[in-house]
Amino acid sequence: MDSKNPIESSPSIEITLNSSSRRSNSSSHSKASRGNSVREVTFGDLGSKPVRYGSRGADSEGFSGSQKEISDEDARLVYVNDPEKTNERFEFSGNSIRTGKYSILSFVPRNLFEQFHRVAYIYFLIIAVLNQLPQLAVFGRGVSILPLSFVLLVTAVKDAYEDWRRHRSDRIENNRLTWVLVNDQFQQKKWKDIRVGEIIKIHTNETLPCDMVLLSTSDSTGVAYVQTINLDGESNLKTRYAKQETLSKTPEKEKIRVLIKCEKPNRNIYGFHANMDMDGKRLSLGSSNIVLRGCELKNTAWAIGVAVYCGRETKVMLNSSGAPSKRSRLETRMNFEIIILSFFLISLCTIVSICAAVWLRRHRHDLNTIPFYRKKNFNDEDKDDYNYYGWGLEIFFTFLMSVIVFQIMIPISLYISMELVRVGQAYFMIRDTLMYDEASNSAFQCRALNINEDLGQIKFVFSDKTGTLTENKMEFQCASIWGVDYSGGKDSSVNEQVGHFVQVDGKILRPKMKVRIDPELLQLSRSGNNTEEAKRVHDFFLALAACNTIVPIAFDDASNPTVKLMDYQGESPDEQALAYAAAAYGFMLIERTSGHIVIDIQGERQRFNVLGLHEFDSDRKRMSVILGCPDKTVKVFVKGADTTMFSVIDRSLNMDIIRATEAHLHNYSSLGLRTLVIGMRELSDSEFEQWHSSFEAASTSLIGRAAMLRKVANTVEKSLRILGASAIEDKLQQGVPEAIESLRTAGIKVWVLTGDKQETAISIGYSSKLLTSKMTQIIINSNSKESSRKSLEDALRMSKKLITVSGTTHNNGGNSGGAVSPVALIIDGTSLVYILDSELEEQLFKLASKCSVVLCCRVAPLQKAGIVMLVKNRTSDMTLSIGDGANDVSMIQKADVGVGISGKEGRQAVMASDFAMGQFRFLVPLLLVHGHWNYQRMGCMILYNFYRNAVFVLVLFWYVLFTCFTLTTAINEWSSMLYSIIYTSLPTIVVGILDKDLSRRTLLKYPQLYGAEHRQESYNSKLFWLTMIDTLWQSVVIYFIPHLAYWGSTIDAPSIGDLWTLAVVILVNLHLAMDVIRWSWITHVAIWGSIVATFICVIVLDAVPTLVGYWAIFDIAKEGSFWLCLLAIVVAALLPRFVVKVLYQHFSPSDIQITREAEKFGSRREFGAVEIEMNPILEPSRR
Amino acid sequence: MSNNTASSSAGANGSADSAAPRRNSKRPKYSRFTQQELPACKPILTPRWVISAFMLVSIIFVPIGIASLFASRDVVEIVDRSETACIPAQNRSDKVGYIQSSADKTCNRTLRVTKRMKQPIYVYYQLDNFYQNHQRCVKSRSDEQLRSRSGENETSSCEPEDVINGTAIVPCGLIAWSLFNDTYSFSHNNQQLQVNKKGISWKSDRDHKFGKDVFPKNFQNGSLKGGAILNTSIPLSDQEDLIVWMRTAALPTFRKLYGKIEQDLLPNDEILVTLENNYNTYSFNGKKKLVLSTTSWLGGKNDFLGIAYLIVGGLCFFLAMCFTVVYLVKPRRLGDPSYLSWNRTPGGR
Repeated sequence: MDSKNPIESSPSIEITLNSSSRRSNSSSHSKASRGNSVREVTFGDLGSKPVRYGSRGADSEGFSGSQKEISDEDARLVYVNDPEKTNERFEFSGNSIRTGKYSILSFVPRNLFEQFHRVAYIYFLIIAVLNQLPQLAVFGRGVSILPLSFVLLVTAVKDAYEDWRRHRSDRIENNRLTWVLVNDQFQQKKWKDIRVGEIIKIHTNETLPCDMVLLSTSDSTGVAYVQTINLDGESNLKTRYAKQETLSKTPEKEKIRVLIKCEKPNRNIYGFHANMDMDGKRLSLGSSNIVLRGCELKNTAWAIGVAVYCGRETKVMLNSSGAPSKRSRLETRMNFEIIILSFFLISLCTIVSICAAVWLRRHRHDLNTIPFYRKKNFNDEDKDDYNYYGWGLEIFFTFLMSVIVFQIMIPISLYISMELVRVGQAYFMIRDTLMYDEASNSAFQCRALNINEDLGQIKFVFSDKTGTLTENKMEFQCASIWGVDYSGGKDSSVNEQVGHFVQVDGKILRPKMKVRIDPELLQLSRSGNNTEEAKRVHDFFLALAACNTIVPIAFDDASNPTVKLMDYQGESPDEQALAYAAAAYGFMLIERTSGHIVIDIQGERQRFNVLGLHEFDSDRKRMSVILGCPDKTVKVFVKGADTTMFSVIDRSLNMDIIRATEAHLHNYSSLGLRTLVIGMRELSDSEFEQWHSSFEAASTSLIGRAAMLRKVANTVEKSLRILGASAIEDKLQQGVPEAIESLRTAGIKVWVLTGDKQETAISIGYSSKLLTSKMTQIIINSNSKESSRKSLEDALRMSKKLITVSGTTHNNGGNSGGAVSPVALIIDGTSLVYILDSELEEQLFKLASKCSVVLCCRVAPLQKAGIVMLVKNRTSDMTLSIGDGANDVSMIQKADVGVGISGKEGRQAVMASDFAMGQFRFLVPLLLVHGHWNYQRMGCMILYNFYRNAVFVLVLFWYVLFTCFTLTTAINEWSSMLYSIIYTSLPTIVVGILDKDLSRRTLLKYPQLYGAEHRQESYNSKLFWLTMIDTLWQSVVIYFIPHLAYWGSTIDAPSIGDLWTLAVVILVNLHLAMDVIRWSWITHVAIWGSIVATFICVIVLDAVPTLVGYWAIFDIAKEGSFWLCLLAIVVAALLPRFVVKVLYQHFSPSDIQITREAEKFGSRREFGAVEIEMNPILEPSRR
Repeated sequence: MSNNTASSSAGANGSADSAAPRRNSKRPKYSRFTQQELPACKPILTPRWVISAFMLVSIIFVPIGIASLFASRDVVEIVDRSETACIPAQNRSDKVGYIQSSADKTCNRTLRVTKRMKQPIYVYYQLDNFYQNHQRCVKSRSDEQLRSRSGENETSSCEPEDVINGTAIVPCGLIAWSLFNDTYSFSHNNQQLQVNKKGISWKSDRDHKFGKDVFPKNFQNGSLKGGAILNTSIPLSDQEDLIVWMRTAALPTFRKLYGKIEQDLLPNDEILVTLENNYNTYSFNGKKKLVLSTTSWLGGKNDFLGIAYLIVGGLCFFLAMCFTVVYLVKPRRLGDPSYLSWNRTPGGR
């Protein structure tokens, strides 16, 4: 258990080779870097979201940035209960919402406009338009626009359906009813008719129709509880307050003249800034006074508010943005090949036009009399040239016409097929029962539809810790009170304990969650206030129960009617854990209003007045509450992070206790526990008065309120007496160590970026198997640029030495990357401040790329993004970020693939992500299984589509060489348009969705198979060129076998055209069939069905008397040579491909190939020696 | 790890609470389809499969190739190239001038039958280097006009051979205008050989593409005659030479059926052909050939398919042998994990 070793705190670089050689190493290096040894950093820790105590109340400057007074032109003026006046000067939007994009009239133009944003469609359009010119008409008018209109129609139908659904939900939403004050009484009104300035009454469990400022509530203190699950996904209740001044008013009876001046609509759901002019008094409003559309009112009988933002100006509507759009790496690569194909296209067209020019030149004197050309119109008196525009233009027209004929060389249909395939793949990912999270009832979500295949090429995973690796489900573990560590209770199971309960109205009230209890501590807590020790324990638990913003809610237990369960709702899981702990020890929080709390202390109800509350902020990193106790004393309880708490604790008192606590804290955090330090002091009357007046002044001040409140807080949070520290376990999510192990075996580097303390981070690193005892740790903590530079240089030198040493000993040169000798880099946020965005970045990257694990602790959200960019800018490797909180949003957006955990911390991460899921361990099936499949399928599909279209174009091209270089097509024009729509499209889509090269079990068993994607085995330029050579050969076979077989025969163009059509379609489908790995019935239907469908189409087309090819297929199919040609084409064309495939599989089988064979034949020898050989990382020295 | 119990009981507690909302669980329904576990067959190229595939192909292809070659050999074909031979020696310097002149262009050719020819003997004319598939030509026709009288004025696609003096040409277009107009008559031992010109075109064309009520009109009235003149009293559906000609050839060297001789010819029979050499192929150096040929199940005389089949079949046999050797000499155990890249030692191969 290396994780239990206390980690030395002084040297800034610690190289731990292994326990035996550690001392010598660290001493030699610590000498060099003694100067930079600063442990505690006071970096503005925005990233420590786990340590979030209390609601984001009035102090919302971190989010809104609107501390300044609102100037008149920036403000919106709302005259309460006077919507006419409110709306007379300003154009405020009404409350009806429209999420639908189109109306019936605007649908066609707007939808077309949006569709033509894609370059591919414009190419299509230009070709279709060119074809309409009489000089260039190669195809019939109707035929030439068929493909484009087909695609447009399909997309338009899809869009129309989606829009219809949106309209329908809008209509339902707009017609909901609510109570609005009209003519001094509340009447029901539809949501869409609500206007800014109207007064609205909401009852419990109703949804809020618009953003409104609270005026009064059923609660005498003006508290309203809202559930914001629709807004940010947090299911716990938030408290919102009506202003004391407006509480007393009843708008039905008295006219209230209030003017609210608030900021312009913005999308910040955590910030609101406004002033209220009322009876000549000016009150300030903050985000705790506003309730937002989409929230639900809970635990409050009614609430009255005034609408300030309506309809599309509400915060929830402003926040509803679409899924982010990213472009997949494969598609970017593919575009390069598309450019090559365009060059092919241009060269084909050039060849045709040059040949045509040569022919025209050679026959220039005979053109008038050549029967099949006949330039002159002899029937006209003037004997004009007919349809001949001179040599130059003829060549130009030939060029354009050949572009039209060869247009599908650029596989436009590929884009549509890719989209369909991605939808299909997304469907299967969403439906995967193995990626469904029972606990949060969340299935996998695919929010971005165009980067599925990127999941197969991830090389770096950046993970958040809290809520991602860990559950963010806090459990109170142990406490250090007054210098004594109470971490017993490990042996006693919870079930044996009755747990604390109290009697209320004849019912038993007990906390919902049970907590493990240390018996000694329980004894102490019950012993009353007799000893000094017991007093401290009492105060400690009182602090836990009181110093929070938890809302206790009692509800009936479904299983036992005599029991009521107490649910603690709060925004911070830490606070919930602490409150449950306090309850378990007999300090049960029963009731909370804005003015007082009731705590049941060992069966005795005590009422405490809450005189003041300084909420948590990220600068102070602590919160405090000032309580008026029943014994008339005034006490301030403070809890916060150890870094800031020890600076406000009176060090002159109880030095030994402080030391002991510090030691305990160190122990706890090295166990991976999250610690909080709790302190208190009594306030004298004068102190209290002084504080009270300045608090009043600060909380009503209009300018810089937040800063003033912080200052006030600092005056009271000082010279505290230490009570102790609590330790909360943040449990690892299920399967995290195994998942990390798999990812690492797959060659994916996992970096953990966390806001937590270094010790916590390292211990979580150990417990999640991210760090192993074999790893050499390089730790960088620096507090200046110079020292960072030095640390980096030392570390680089060190890591180089390590790698060369291990490289020679293990003789493992064939392995890729730095996985040879595992080196772990641990770096903190302060060092990163100096490193990121400076020339040191390069060095850090060099160092980090040598390390198999990188752990960044104490990092801010933007630094997380910076680290992602550090990697992204310097490699072409794919990056993936995974996180669950608002502080991970920037890193999720910056990475190539962003994954959100739909966990406890709200939905911002999910909203910003490309994929969302419930658990970290789902990353393994997502990447190793679905990513592998998606990538392999997509790669095959792209290559196949290139081939499919090119082979057709080349057949047309060969024919053109035998038509005097004019753009005649023997293949029916309908057939050539239907080729990519009906004849060959379905199989590639079906195979792209359903084919599986390996089973899920095999992929999970051999994570190394993921390396195939890193090596781009399914799609690379070698494969592209091989495919193109194959294409050339196949097109030659398709064209020339009928050509030679029918040379000098009576064959007519439509007949041989039908032969070519059928030959191409059969060949192309069989080519695909050769690559199919799993033949399910759907694949069979798609492939053979396509061939049958083609026969049917050709027959139908040849049964239409108005087309030139009337009856051609029946005529040619009578002859034996037709069938012999087909058979010869198929076999001869596929022969080289088959031979190459067999040779390749025999002589250099890919990993995928071997495991596939093992899957089929290996069941006999599956168990046994093979299994042991599988893991080279654990056993690098294996030969 | 004693806290396991704690967490499990807490978890159980939690799930009990949420038992009510579990009804609208988002758990995806299990089905073999959604889990991508449909029963499927996974063919793998084992040596046995590979070798049998090659053998199968060669077993099928070689006999077919031999049969096709025999069929092709059975076809008796007499080809007589006539475009130069039918121009008097003194005119050969200006062939185009000769062909456009009004001189008598009758020409006599003698053909010798090499092998017994069974009836029906097909008479073809073959044109080389004639691009009936030229884009200007292919498009220059009006199917509406050909089909029925009501479509007579649908000539827009026929330019430049669409109207003359304001009235429509029937049949219009370059294809019809360039109708082949050499004529052949055959005699054998001073006895006329009957050439049956009925039924040389496709029945589907006669019935549905060329109208019974459409008669030629204004045809070849322009200043430059392209080819044959049609009898204006016969409907298009009976003008079989035109119907044959209007099925545009796919390739620049093509044959068109002229008629059928329904009588056997014996070896060393001499056939005298009297031909009217009217058609101008000289302006584009085209060749003209007269072909008498029998047919087989494979069509005309063409060795290509037979040879192709033999080559492919032979190649497959060769490959089957090669792979047998390869698999014997250097076998690889299928699915052997020691071949996996991460199990291979450097320099191990």
